[in-house]
Amino acid sequence: MHSLNFRLFVAGKHHRSRTAIQSVQEACTRLLGTADPLEVVDVLEHPDLAENHRILATPTLIRLSPLPSVRLIGDMSDKTSVERLIDGHGSTVRPM
Amino acid sequence: MQVAPTQRIEKLWTGIPGFDLIAEGGIPKNRTTLVAGTAGSSKTIFAVQFLAGGIVAGDNGVFVTFEEIPQDIRTNVASLNWDIASWEAQGKWAFVDASPAPDEMTIAGNYDFGALMARIENAVLRVNAKRVSLDSLGSVFTQFPDESTVRRELFRIAVALKAMGVTTVMTAERSEEFGDISRYGVEEFVADNVVVLRNCLEEEKRRRTVEILKFRGAAHQKGEYPFTISSEGLVVIPLSALELKQRSSNSRIPSGNKQLDELCGGGFFQDSVILVTGATGCGKTLMTTEFVAGGAARGERCLLLGFEESRDQLFRNAIGWGVDFARMEREGNLRVHCVYPETLSLEDHLLAIKKAIDDFKPNRMAVDSLSALERVSTLKGYREFAIALTSFIKHNQIAGLFTATTPTLLGGQSVTEAHISTITDSIILLRYVEIVGEMRRGITVLKMRGSPHDKQIREFTIDGYGMHIGRAFQNVSGILAGYPHQHGLDEMGRIGSMFHREAGAGD
Repeated sequence: MHSLNFRLFVAGKHHRSRTAIQSVQEACTRLLGTADPLEVVDVLEHPDLAENHRILATPTLIRLSPLPSVRLIGDMSDKTSVERLIDGHGSTVRPM
Repeated sequence: MQVAPTQRIEKLWTGIPGFDLIAEGGIPKNRTTLVAGTAGSSKTIFAVQFLAGGIVAGDNGVFVTFEEIPQDIRTNVASLNWDIASWEAQGKWAFVDASPAPDEMTIAGNYDFGALMARIENAVLRVNAKRVSLDSLGSVFTQFPDESTVRRELFRIAVALKAMGVTTVMTAERSEEFGDISRYGVEEFVADNVVVLRNCLEEEKRRRTVEILKFRGAAHQKGEYPFTISSEGLVVIPLSALELKQRSSNSRIPSGNKQLDELCGGGFFQDSVILVTGATGCGKTLMTTEFVAGGAARGERCLLLGFEESRDQLFRNAIGWGVDFARMEREGNLRVHCVYPETLSLEDHLLAIKKAIDDFKPNRMAVDSLSALERVSTLKGYREFAIALTSFIKHNQIAGLFTATTPTLLGGQSVTEAHISTITDSIILLRYVEIVGEMRRGITVLKMRGSPHDKQIREFTIDGYGMHIGRAFQNVSGILAGYPHQHGLDEMGRIGSMFHREAGAGD
């Protein structure tokens, strides 16, 4: 079983951040049954994490696992793109 | 409602030699300055040197790199003696690596650069930076194709940096040397201050120049100035920025030839620039040899720069005239540098000469010949070089003798004369005089600023003891024009009657 790990970087707590978080959480729940694999990072509070992953734009959604890591940049309103990243190559693994 | 009092814009000294002079103090403090240039125009070096200059002065810095990874930058500038890694270890320098991540990236929807801003702010606070460089903006546009978003966000970053009390340099690409300021029009929105670096190809030579296009609200020198990259980074060579502040000396120094001293009214002045011109083989190298020997004889330090002959040739020529360069070197009175003109650009030659002068601190120097350098540059570049060099030695109160070659064997004027005759203090002409099937030699002191001098054209000879100046040519005219001819007595009579005789004047 592959472990799944996604990280969503947002800047601050304003409207766009909340919308993005919501959109990704919904997509996770819809495709994976849970939003557990998703970590949300506020770059204003953790600039060092943004530094580690070389994040420039927010929101940025990264799939850290499984590799290869891929990124999606934008407000996450484009459901298709979000799902494609979470879904990987169609090899969705549903937790038992 | 009270309006805050207007304050003048302060300048921040960059530490880039020569640049701060043309910038009249440096770049505007707490503002953003855009440095735009084509590929290979040294923008990154400028950006790094701006921070390096700060660290030397006690200002820490943050380098945001959009194109190269930090490790490449550390390696690339190591040859310029900037040890970035050690500055990082000391907490004086921080990188923000904004270079493209290798991950596959999709963009969908609106975004901002909140993460980049947070990272930059974090780095500035962490090292308490006063200077930030962003290199280079073009790469951001490549990574993020939505130009209006990128522009807006870069503007926000510039505003935030200003609010943090930081002085910023941003570099940007241009496609042409003389066209739009930058490829993506960044200058319109992001910077009050614009500097342009150019790397022009002129007559098969590369010429690097820097131009301060504008400083909003602050003064600066206008126009392009040449610069070069030395072993310590960018060096700008400002010419017209040099002020005419030379002191003038009244004390005389021997020329190395007693007869010439007489012609000059007592010798050369201590801080003068002397130009000796003549056709090839006329005696210029001999004059420089005697000039150097004359200095060494009274214990002066003499620097001899040879651009036409090798060291061995110069030494051998000197022995032929009874001058022992090897002994003078041993006694510490002489230093000789011989270099092929083609090996360096004029700016690099100038820097090498300045370095030799700073190292050896000569009292007098000789360059044989300046014309050799004329061969390897454009006319404009050569003129700037000649002016920069002569200004520099005057400023350092060094007597300088320069030789230049006239293009024709008889008469004529050298290019050098045309350019620097106004700033030389003394001009000595050596010319061949063809008389009745013989090539004889004539010398005349054309100009001797601040002193009376002999006006005649005298014959001189050269033998194993050097130059011997003899009597003036009689009844010969046209020597300088290149058509020497003798007059018969009746002709002299005619010429004599051409001029109105004043009452009381002798025959």
